[in-house]
Amino acid sequence: MADLWAIYILWLRDLKRYWYDKPRIFASLGQPILFLFVLGTALSPNFTGPSGIKFSEFIFPGIISMTVLFTSIFSAISIVWDREFGFLKEVLVAPISRWAIVVGKACGGSTVAVLQGCLMLCLAPLVGVHLTFEIVFQSILVMFLIALAITGLGIVIAARMKEMEGFQMVVNFVIMPIFFLSGALFPLDRLPSWLTLLTRIDPLTYGVDMLRSVMIGVGSFPVLLNLAVQLVFIFIMFAVAVMEFNAAD
Amino acid sequence: MPTDVVKVENLVRKFGDFTAVDGISFSVGAGEIFGFLGPNGAGKTTTINILCTLLRPTAGTAQVACCDVTKEPNRVRKAIGIIFQDPSLDDRLTVEDNLRFHGYLYNMDHRKIEERIPDVLMLVELSDRRRNFVRQLSGGMKRRLEIARGLLHQPELLFLDEPTIGLDPQTRAHIWEYILKMRKEHNLSIFMTTHYMQEAEVCDRVAIIDHGKIVDLDTPANLKARYSESTLEGVFLKITGREIRAQAAESAWSQWMRRT
Repeated sequence: MADLWAIYILWLRDLKRYWYDKPRIFASLGQPILFLFVLGTALSPNFTGPSGIKFSEFIFPGIISMTVLFTSIFSAISIVWDREFGFLKEVLVAPISRWAIVVGKACGGSTVAVLQGCLMLCLAPLVGVHLTFEIVFQSILVMFLIALAITGLGIVIAARMKEMEGFQMVVNFVIMPIFFLSGALFPLDRLPSWLTLLTRIDPLTYGVDMLRSVMIGVGSFPVLLNLAVQLVFIFIMFAVAVMEFNAAD
Repeated sequence: MPTDVVKVENLVRKFGDFTAVDGISFSVGAGEIFGFLGPNGAGKTTTINILCTLLRPTAGTAQVACCDVTKEPNRVRKAIGIIFQDPSLDDRLTVEDNLRFHGYLYNMDHRKIEERIPDVLMLVELSDRRRNFVRQLSGGMKRRLEIARGLLHQPELLFLDEPTIGLDPQTRAHIWEYILKMRKEHNLSIFMTTHYMQEAEVCDRVAIIDHGKIVDLDTPANLKARYSESTLEGVFLKITGREIRAQAAESAWSQWMRRT
């Protein structure tokens, strides 16, 4: 019971910090909007998508995944800030289980990421994606899966990172490859075999594919496979993160 | 006889091949103010980190509130309040948010939290700052808020790791006033480290620690008598020497942190 309240308050903390920092909410939408409209328009003539889908429509779920990916990783990495500014100690000396810290942080970061994803969802009419209540609901669930996977990964990384200086490395060598290999910006079915292999290793591939099936009805893999890969990945990340937090100095 | 709130036996902590705490033993009685004095790098903060379950001992045992710090960390955590040497507030949240966060982490009753928040804020004279963001507060106010937070869940034992460092004399005086008031009202035990020897005079007993070992442990009055000095400062210098310490422990610690 104590742990449930701890999860709640850790979640609420992330939400409050998000809400208090309104400029950031809009600033972080700049990049995805640029991708969506500039890239979406510029590459459109060369694109022959499945069943007459426009390029901007095709990448819309990918761009939403990108928003969720980046927001999730930033939220999780904020643990390193918390360590630098001492706040992490306040959490670590509290009488709560270490798994509650991981779950609370992951839920908080994921909720913020899904909220950012929902803001992007509002642009759907502009790129010709038709949303129903059902699609929105399913999209939110898929976004939450993606967010949990990536915050889990972020917490695993943050638990090992002692200084914020390493963050650029994480972006260049972990986040960017995850994003580019996920098929967020291109179809997965006409790639050379080495690239196909890499896209299959990327956990985000399955999230993007699932979101694309839900939103525009085009997917490369069965929904069950997408769901299974993500759940397994989330489970592994959480387990590793809890182990890292339990291994007290 | 009241039971001891802290009981430490042959405690050792190594970082690689550097021994930060080298087989110390002591106990702190209920309601006692126990001072831990020593030059930089003597092992004070390492000891506090072990007692508050942030670090594991390499050897020896430590009990806090009758619970072993490695076997029952959560029961220890529940019984203690800590004012760390470095700030540990979330400055993007308000004063009230920080306190409420703490209350939830300590699984306090929600009505109790709302009752206690005005009480502790009044104690440290921050009632009018309740809705301010922490980043808008001065250094002294932040310190007072940390004290309020450490007392919110009514711990049995309060750890103060250099609680008044970098504060002006007025704030320091006030902080001691709050702490002594709390002790009187709630029979709070206090384990503190400080570099200000006048502050150590309020302690019931002090341990002087150097190179990870306790060199002497007694009441301030006895120490002064035994070393025939008029102040604790004199006693301290007599025992630990006048040489300035390289912060060996701190650098060993940070190197070790980087490796892991």
